[in-house]
Formats: sequence, structure tokens, C-alpha cells
Amino acid sequence: MMEYVNIIIDDKKIQAEKGQTILKAARAVGIEIPTLCYYELNGQKLENRPGGCRVCVVEVAGRKNLAPACATEVMEGMEIKTHSLRVVNARRTVVELLLSDHPASCLICSKSGNCELQSLAHKLGIRDIPFRGEQSMYKKDDSPAIIREMNKCIMCRRCETVCNKLQTVGALSAVNRGFMAVVAPAFEQDLVQSPCVMCGQCVQACPVGALSEVNQTRQVIHAINNPNKTVVVQTAPAVRVALGEEFGFEPGTIVTGKMAAALRRIGFDYVFDTDFAADLTIMEEGTELLGRISKFMAGDKSVRLPILTSCCPGWVNFFETNYPDMLDVPSTAKSPQQMFGAVAKNYWAEKIGIKREDMIVVSVMPCVAKKFECQRDEFKENGNPDVDYSITTRELAELIKQFNIDFNSLPEEDFDNPLGASTGAAVIFGATGGVIEAATRTAYEIFTGKSLEKVDFTALRGLEGVRSAEVDFNGTPIKIGIAHGLGNARKLLDMVRNGEANFHAIEVMACPGGCVGGAGQPFHHGDFSKVEKRFEAIYREDAGKPIRKSHENPYIKQLYEEFLGKPCGEKSHHLLHTHYFDKSKQIEVEG
Amino acid sequence: MIKVKLAEDKINKIKEICASFGNKGGEAINVLHKVQGEFGYLPAEVQEVIANELNVSVATIYGIVTFYSFFTMIPKGDHPISICMGTACYVRGSEKVLDEFKRQLKISIGETTPDGKFSLNCLRCVGACGLAPVVLIGEKVYGRVTTDKVKEIIGEYNA
Repeated sequence: MMEYVNIIIDDKKIQAEKGQTILKAARAVGIEIPTLCYYELNGQKLENRPGGCRVCVVEVAGRKNLAPACATEVMEGMEIKTHSLRVVNARRTVVELLLSDHPASCLICSKSGNCELQSLAHKLGIRDIPFRGEQSMYKKDDSPAIIREMNKCIMCRRCETVCNKLQTVGALSAVNRGFMAVVAPAFEQDLVQSPCVMCGQCVQACPVGALSEVNQTRQVIHAINNPNKTVVVQTAPAVRVALGEEFGFEPGTIVTGKMAAALRRIGFDYVFDTDFAADLTIMEEGTELLGRISKFMAGDKSVRLPILTSCCPGWVNFFETNYPDMLDVPSTAKSPQQMFGAVAKNYWAEKIGIKREDMIVVSVMPCVAKKFECQRDEFKENGNPDVDYSITTRELAELIKQFNIDFNSLPEEDFDNPLGASTGAAVIFGATGGVIEAATRTAYEIFTGKSLEKVDFTALRGLEGVRSAEVDFNGTPIKIGIAHGLGNARKLLDMVRNGEANFHAIEVMACPGGCVGGAGQPFHHGDFSKVEKRFEAIYREDAGKPIRKSHENPYIKQLYEEFLGKPCGEKSHHLLHTHYFDKSKQIEVEG
Repeated sequence: MIKVKLAEDKINKIKEICASFGNKGGEAINVLHKVQGEFGYLPAEVQEVIANELNVSVATIYGIVTFYSFFTMIPKGDHPISICMGTACYVRGSEKVLDEFKRQLKISIGETTPDGKFSLNCLRCVGACGLAPVVLIGEKVYGRVTTDKVKEIIGEYNA
């Protein structure tokens, strides 16, 4: 039984749930109290509530000082004023003090227009900073994917909470005290020296520009303008259901056709689709999965199960750092981004008669970690990377704006063939549970020799952090585990490591919701309902596809016939599979 | 693989201390207190071993070490100097005494001389206000210290 208390907020008599905070009680009746450090991912059990910024203070009758709405529980008979003169003055002072130690570089800050501090200052009508004091000075930290500019940090500690509670990565912590306090890796080293996996959820959570992704739009423009280069672009599944948000479309609007049209107008020579490579991934990973399961069932002791998906670069970094004893468990299949790069530079380049060095492959990803992935040495040939630049959904929106393209009035266009053709199975790679559902559609048909009547495996879908399901392969039960968010992945992997759970296959995506909630997606500012709408859109896009099984993609068949031979064959082993490294930290005896 | 190297006896001592607190992450402050008592300071490698034993991130451990002024990553000198900044000592001129120690030793508060002989710190009241201003070197108490006595006091340990 839910207990209620009677309270008055801004002269409005309401009933609020007992134990609720003033902030939540107010929001439930549509009264908006501004917040800054507060960050919540609804349904993902994540709340950052340090009560530190004091922006959400309200006046409570009978209480001497102002109360932080995010951290004060409602009580019977409470009378609350959320916008009294005293409150507004205090709020303004709080923001003025924050601004007194914040660089006024809004004109050129990557977060401009999306900055919560900026919009708060604007909302409160701040036109002057009356306080002059010391300014925090920190060295800029450049990693392959994430940039830290802690001069801009406001100590909301959202990144710290996300890194430790949601992702259990443990790269960041609040260090030092008082004015010197800042969020940093251990010993204030750079991110690359920390256990950071580059998932970028800290970038997604940062209210200001202290954390941002490495921006490569400039390099992309240079490549397009270079007449000696053929520039190929690939777009990940989750981009098409989120890009529209940057142009005023409702979250969950599918803009695949407009996106392809925009890329063509920007000047890419070939507008291809990562979805093609996702279908290819299913051929390789599905074959590997079946091979391993068959060997395991035949009693081959050298085979370990479960097989883990390997599409997500944040997840790959995470298991290389935290599970060095299990490096033989993940699928060796490269991610779709890297499979695409390998096929583009080894097959397509030859087909159109150019050298691989003269081809530039650009990927558009919902992801920050993909920037790191494409720079890994094992994905290069004589120093030439298979994927040259990986840009985020946000960076693509920036490019579209820079090229003065009226996105909303663009026609719907198709991808180019052959590397632009894909199935519904490839689209769902963008949502948690999607990779394993796509693999199941193909593996089922190959394993049983039967055609699926219904391709929707709804048991594998959902937004629960850790899920498991059993799929009946014509009498053989296949046990599948799914986790999204690295904290959930850790729970699942620890169970497997300790022998508490047995699965045939496990899918992991590092970001909450899967790639739809990726760090490179339009900023959701903690409104997880946006991610949920993108998630639903992914399955709508799948349902609308004429072909929904990867092995039925005619261009995939053609690629195997013309070039690769058979899945997991010699050529694909060389081009489409990879290996993993132990990146853990070990304590050793000196001497 | 990233390797963290530390002498075997040190690793064992840290493990023993962590185990005495049940290897619980929530006991990190107590563990750090005890380990610092053992080694005099908390260098990076030691924090790595503690983090590993308590199963918390080393960033968290470093966060604790840098938050509490009691913890230090700099080894103390053979003769740790503490100058009282309590009210009585302060009004009797302990700040000037501190400045003189800084000038003579060429170090600031929280630092150690390059030869490892002296380190400098402040504290609040040792309960000997009648002797203000008070300076402690190791266990020895010096009372009614004036700036012109500083050189002589340091000299006692430089012999």
C-alpha cells in the first residue's frame, strides 16, 4: 500500500507519495524546479543526488534555511514555495558563484546550445558575474575518444556516478577537497592510463563541456574536398532513429531516407550502411556460435561456452580490462564497423579499381568508443586503418548544419548498393537484445534446417538490465543471457565466472538501452524516455523491412560467392575476425 | 597487461592489514590509516594493492587519500617537524616561526627536504599552551620558540 502525505506546493494542495523528494512530488504535478547536479536515468536504477549544487533549493514554511528539493523528503503538512523571491535570489547567487569559476568560452565551447549551465544562466537572466575569484586551471586531457577539460567542471559528479554505479568501470573519482576538488582518474593521470573503456556515458551525462568526444568533422571535410580520395560513409543502425532529434523531430522518428540524402549532399562518394556489415557479422558470429555449440554438445573439452558478442567496443575494452581469464570466450568476429571497413578497403576498393590508400572510410556511430576502436592497431594494414574516421550522431548533425542543408525538407533516398543493402536483422543491432535476436533468426534456420514462421523473438526484447531467455531450437533448448550497461554485464559475467549461471550465448552492450542510448547520440539530459522511443523505433524499422534475416540478404550472398568463400572460412578468418588483449592491472613482486 | 611492482614483504603486510578489516571496501579509511602508520606514507603502488584487496577502484582510494589531510603520498622526513597553529601558539607568533622553518629548510607545509631528513607540518594544539609557541620534532617538544632559535634547533639534528 502506497502511503500519501498532504502538502502544499506553490499554493497548490496535493497528495504526494510518502518518502518522495520535494523535487519528484513537484514534477509529478507539473511544477518544474530547476536542477543541475541531479541526474536520473529512469528505469535504469541510476540516480546522482549529491545535493551539492544547491540550484534546486526551495523554501519550506517553518524551516530556517532553504531546502534542496532533490534531497529533502516531503512531510505531512509541508508548505513549499519553489519560486519565492528568496528562492530565486539564492538560486541566482548559486549560479553566479558557479560562473565565477567557469571559463566564459561559450562561443566556441562544444557544448554551447546543449549546456545545462548555460541554459540555467539564461533562464535566471544572469547578465553579470558579480564575484571575481580564483579560476581552476587543469591540463587538457586528450584520449583517442574522450576529451577532459576540467576547467569547465562544476563538480556535479554525474560522471563519477555513471562511471562507478552504472558502468562499474571505476576510472573516475572525486579527488582533493574544497576549491581544488575535481573529478579525475587515480593519481590525476590521463584517461588512457586509467581503466576507462571509452564508453563515453560520462560525456552523455556531463551537463557542461568538461567532457566531450574527440571531434573529427574537420578531417572528414578535408577528406571530402581531396580530389584524390574516394570517401565512403557507413551509418550505424541506431543513428537513423536519433538523428532527427537534432533537427526538431520527435524522439523515435525514423529518418533513414533523409540521412542518406544528407550524406550524399555533403559529398560522400558512396553512401553505404553499417547494417550491411551487421548482416555480415551475423553470418560470421552465427556460424561461430553454431560451431561452438555443436562441438560443446559433442563433448569437445577445448570449447568454452557461453559465446559473448563482440560488436560493442566499450564492452570489448571492459572484458579485456576486467576478465583477462576469459579472453577465449567472446566471439572473434569483428564489430560491424570494422567488418565494413575491411570489406570496403579490401573488396570494394578493388572492385572500383582504386588502391586502399586512396579510399577514406568514415563511420557515423551512436558511439564514442568506436573512435577508439577504429584506431586499434589490429585494424590497420601497414598503418592504414580500415576505418579512417568515426564520427558520432551529433557530429553528423553538425556537418549537416555546416553544409547548410535543410534537413527537414530533404527527400527520402536509398543507400547505394551493394554495401548499403541490409535486412531487419541488421537494424535491431541498435537496441539491447537485437544482436542476439538477429543471430537467433539465422542460427535457428541453419541449425534446424527449417524456415522460421515468425521472426520476432519477443522474449529477447526489453529494457530490463539483465535478462535471460530460452529459445527452442527444434527440441534443443538454447539459453541466452542479455545485459546492457556495463554494471549489468559485470553481474552476468561474474555469475558465469563463478559457475552460478550457464548460457550458450550472451549479448552485451555497454550503454543503457544499447546503441540507441549510446554516448554519441543526441544529448538526452537524463530523459531516458527519449532512449525508449528510439528503442521502439528500431523495432518498427525492422518490421518494415522486406527481408528480416541476415542470411537472406542477396548482397551478402553475392559477397560470399564473389569474394569471401564461406562464413568462418580462411578469407573471412583473416579479414573479419580479430583477437583480444589482456589489459588488466597485475600486482607483481618487485625484483 | 599493466604491471604494478612492490616488494614482497610490503605486499604481504598490506594484505594482512586489509584482511584484518575483512577486505571490506567500506573499511578503506581504516585500512589506509593503518597502512600509513606502517609505512609513513601512501605511495601509488601501495594504493593499487589496497584497491585490489578491497575490490574498489584505485581512483576511489586516491579520492580518499587526497580528501583527508591526514593522509600523505609524500614520505615523512627522519625528523618530522610539527608547528602548533592553535590559538595560543598563533597569537604568540607561531606563524613567524613556521615561516622561518620554511625559509631555513626551503620546503613548504606537507613537504620533505630532498635529503629526506626533515618534513614540515602544522597541527592544532598539543595541550601545552603555557609553553606557546610550541614546536614538535619527532616526539620532542620545544617550548617558547622564537624565530632566532630555529637555526639552532635544526642544527641539533644536522650534527
